[in-house]
Amino acid sequence: MNDEDLLEALLAGEHRALARVISKIEDRSPGYRNLVSDLYAHTGEADVVGITGSPGAGKSTLVDKLAETYRDRGETVGVIAIDPSSPFSGGAVLGDRIRMASTVGDMDVFVRSMSARGTLGGLSTATADAVKAMDAFGKDKIIIETVGAGQNEIDIVQTADTVAVLVPPGSGDEIQTLKAGILEIADVFVVNKADRPGADRTVQELREMIQLGEGAGFGGGGHHSQEVIDAHDDWDPNTDEEADAGWTTPIVETVATKADGVDDLIDAFATHREYLVDSGEHAARTRRRYAEEIRTLLREDVHALLEADLERAGGVDDLAEAVRQGETDPYSIASDLLDPLERCLEDVETDLDVDANGVTESDDR
Amino acid sequence: MSSEQEGESIRCLVAKVGLDGHDRGAHVIARAFRDAGFEVIYSGLHKAPEEIVQATVQEDVDVLGISILSGAHDTLVPKIMDGLEEYGAAEDTLVLVGGVIPEEDRAELEDEGVAEIFGPGTSVEETIEFVRENAPER
Repeated sequence: MNDEDLLEALLAGEHRALARVISKIEDRSPGYRNLVSDLYAHTGEADVVGITGSPGAGKSTLVDKLAETYRDRGETVGVIAIDPSSPFSGGAVLGDRIRMASTVGDMDVFVRSMSARGTLGGLSTATADAVKAMDAFGKDKIIIETVGAGQNEIDIVQTADTVAVLVPPGSGDEIQTLKAGILEIADVFVVNKADRPGADRTVQELREMIQLGEGAGFGGGGHHSQEVIDAHDDWDPNTDEEADAGWTTPIVETVATKADGVDDLIDAFATHREYLVDSGEHAARTRRRYAEEIRTLLREDVHALLEADLERAGGVDDLAEAVRQGETDPYSIASDLLDPLERCLEDVETDLDVDANGVTESDDR
Repeated sequence: MSSEQEGESIRCLVAKVGLDGHDRGAHVIARAFRDAGFEVIYSGLHKAPEEIVQATVQEDVDVLGISILSGAHDTLVPKIMDGLEEYGAAEDTLVLVGGVIPEEDRAELEDEGVAEIFGPGTSVEETIEFVRENAPER
């Protein structure tokens, strides 16, 4: 099947075509870029939610219940489940499907497992592109699930409009909540396994952390009022008088195995989405995301150009050996390789224009 | 880590179908495939043929390895093959069966489109080699 037919089949709702397009995206196979750029015209309808948290926090079980609930409400669901790959063999065991038991046999829940194949932000690009494919296919809700282990995961999960961070009970003393990283990206906190001992304390610690963040820019807006924080227990998704004052990260308690709290979580997602749109934050985030996509693509391409250049220069091994023997150093090599490129760029005029209507013209396609 | 990791990777679904509750072998194969650099999706125990079909189609795997010890292969495997056919996935998926398959049932499974049957005692190296050589070109 050629790419044109493939795109047509995807838009017509053929599951096999969606699966194949995602493979092409993952493989970076020839022509995948044109395919993805054709997808853009058909996207923008789906709500994208990111779910992250430490291993064993119950992400997959929760995603399963979310998918089930969305389906009960008549919405179609795409899930992208990301697992790490071995840095040694490149192999991976992608195990999240196993917990997607509630929606078995329902093709309108499309689960796709992905592993960290590429480097240099490659996975976040691939994830963003796969989201585009599912969006164009017509999925109403897209859930990105990833283990929150580091910067890479943060990049991935920020492909989503709303990010939920799962915090299991007893996940460490309060200093953990002060550390930088995964907690800062949360739009919604989920204390899953809320029936376990220690859940109350975890909720309390998170609440204190949110309060501490007041005025310090934590959790997005940084203008949280005491009332909103105190009111979160009987948090009403319809009171959005705070819409101008920034977003206060709510804490939702769930027991994913019993689907307890899943409706509350879906309400929290909806409220966040409403806040995003009303406050103009949605536009800002979308813009930021596209900026990041452009930068990542450029980084990848420049990297590929330089790798090719490096090959022509006899490969990186000889250069590394020269450094080892004290003949040169990495900084000198890098500037030697980059200088000609820099001179070239000075002479070249790019014909990339963004006119007042935001229409980009480039003769590259 | 090299930056050459991107590009194609062999994707495999290791599937347990039906009622048999022993997946030690499936775990061993999943782990061996992972160490061989494949991307492995493990289905978990007690899956219905439709679930296996759904996973094979959505995950767009190159290889579907069905592990079956219960003796129900002659009903379950054809159901999976029919399902793959329905979604246009039969042609370019390499289907393997592992487990206890009596000699006299082999021909029938092969007629159904199973590429190879690995009985007890097959080494994992042999299986990996077979996958490397026969995984469909796309």
